[in-house]
Amino acid sequence: MPHKVFLSFLWPSLIVMILFIALPIVSVVYQSLHVEHEQIMIVGETCGPFGCTEEVSVDAEAMGKLREEKPAGRFNGLGTYFNESHLATDEIAEIFATSADFREFRNRVMNLPFYNALIFTVSYTLIVTPLVMLVGFIIAIVVNMVPRLFKGPVIFFSLLPMIVTPLIGSLVLFWMIDSRGVIGASLQVLFADPTLSLKASPTLTWVTLFTYGVWHSAPFAFVVFYAGLQTVPQDTMESAMVDGANRWERIRFVTIPHLMPLAIFVALMQLMDNFRVFEPIIGFAASASASSLSYLIFNDLRISNTPLFGSAAATSMLTIFGIIILLLPVLRQNWREFNRKS
Amino acid sequence: MSNPAEKRPLPLKALAISIVLIWIIIAAFPFLWTMWGSFKVEGDFFSRSDWMNAVTGPLTQEKHGSTFTMEGYEGAWIEREFYRAVINTAIVTVSVVAVSLTLGTLGGYALARSGYKYSFWLLMMALVFRAMPGVTLISGYMLPFFELNIWGYLPTAIIVLVAMNQPFTLWMLHSFFKSIPRDLDEAALVDGCSRFQAFRLAIIPVMWPGVITTGLFSFLTAYNDFAVTSMLLSEQNLTMIPQINSFLGSSQEEGKVMYAVAAVVSSIVPLFVFIMIFQRRLVSGLTAGAVKG
Repeated sequence: MPHKVFLSFLWPSLIVMILFIALPIVSVVYQSLHVEHEQIMIVGETCGPFGCTEEVSVDAEAMGKLREEKPAGRFNGLGTYFNESHLATDEIAEIFATSADFREFRNRVMNLPFYNALIFTVSYTLIVTPLVMLVGFIIAIVVNMVPRLFKGPVIFFSLLPMIVTPLIGSLVLFWMIDSRGVIGASLQVLFADPTLSLKASPTLTWVTLFTYGVWHSAPFAFVVFYAGLQTVPQDTMESAMVDGANRWERIRFVTIPHLMPLAIFVALMQLMDNFRVFEPIIGFAASASASSLSYLIFNDLRISNTPLFGSAAATSMLTIFGIIILLLPVLRQNWREFNRKS
Repeated sequence: MSNPAEKRPLPLKALAISIVLIWIIIAAFPFLWTMWGSFKVEGDFFSRSDWMNAVTGPLTQEKHGSTFTMEGYEGAWIEREFYRAVINTAIVTVSVVAVSLTLGTLGGYALARSGYKYSFWLLMMALVFRAMPGVTLISGYMLPFFELNIWGYLPTAIIVLVAMNQPFTLWMLHSFFKSIPRDLDEAALVDGCSRFQAFRLAIIPVMWPGVITTGLFSFLTAYNDFAVTSMLLSEQNLTMIPQINSFLGSSQEEGKVMYAVAAVVSSIVPLFVFIMIFQRRLVSGLTAGAVKG
């Protein structure tokens, strides 16, 4: 296909992607280097019956004009990246110098918003991903064992937690774990503790969010693994039996190696999805004890009237940076394979 | 069954069936429970005395004379005008699916038939955009959109959703078009068709299975989106998911949580129907990435 014909097919997609993917990334970089204008103060005098007082107030008119001229704010270089709500280099140095032991160091670092979000995001990714794969694999194995009759309905109901968007899914669970909801009340009876509330302690909130993550994503792993199980070579299975392999050994040495490429695919998808965890924090109203990188950005933009564009953009850049680190091994491997093929 | 590897002792079978049943309950119970509970009053759904009240609904009986009430739905749909959000969602999803499939089939076809090595870069891009949280891009949109005065309108959100989804759509359709034999459109070219005619006459009639599968995923991204729609749409243009989120704050204070519950159920029911119709295609689409990727 000549380049000209190729372009005549592809240009609509290209334009959309350049306008709404490439340019916004440029805009994020640009915004992250800028910060909101400093307040312009004017001193006015208000005179009342008891004499005059001087008042300092924000000059709204001048501010409006300034904003119009330079909507992104004033240039701040990398300042936003290193301030106390992002990388907080000064604070970290100070905490490192003054903390008595590791515990104190950790607790104080956890109070810095960026690190709190980073630690939650990373622990969510690293804990939920393997659990999703394990649970999905177990379900796939057992569904493969039950009579064919069950399979349709099982897949139907399994798809629900995955297809319903995280905000709605987490809301549904949030109402159930309410201390007046069915799960919350049952847990109180189970642990004989009428004050037990999953929302009260940060640890329990984290556990709730992780559990939600597994519930939401396990169906994906299940569906992929289940499809893989249908193609396990029966000859190998039978020869393993003839060789005296028991049930567990057959799973360990025939099924699992066969599913390995799929497992890598699921792991990759899950790492990416879990790294952007965001909606469950809103659904579970968990922002007091857990926040993620995506949530930080959302929160900065949510501030009505004066969204913190610079701060949100800097967090975005740091998040993109984190994802590149996360994906680097995968990208490198693909690049090698691609070079080998061509 | 003749295959000895498929024979299983009875206890193992029983164990397998019970695990499957437990999983079904874990997966489906929350939704069924919430659907049932959405027809009760708040005192029953969030019962202080006994959670069984959510099933039997004594307070609902007391208040409305029947154990079912449409109070939550009336409140959400009529008083809070949830129907607006439903209409907006319909507009957004239909447009996103239509636009992204139109652009995607053209682009995907070109990518599948070009001899050059674009596909690698496309795959990498699709991968990176799959990985990038939508919110990171949104912080790039907001300020320019404010400046251009296009913030808050449905078309803006639609085109943004299309763009964000485009690498994935292109990738899926590209691998689908690759599976259609080249001979088909090349025969048309030999017969004197131009590329567009070959595409229109030879490819369009056979491309529907792949297009529908890709369309399902476009539908889901548009229907389920929260990040883009909540940040880029103005109050009266909100779609269902961000509208529910904005219900939460206000309704919790006023003791009208049931409005939010009813709205949540209203947004889940279409997905129920959706899965019922397209279950097979969804599963094949989910696994296609794994097999081809």
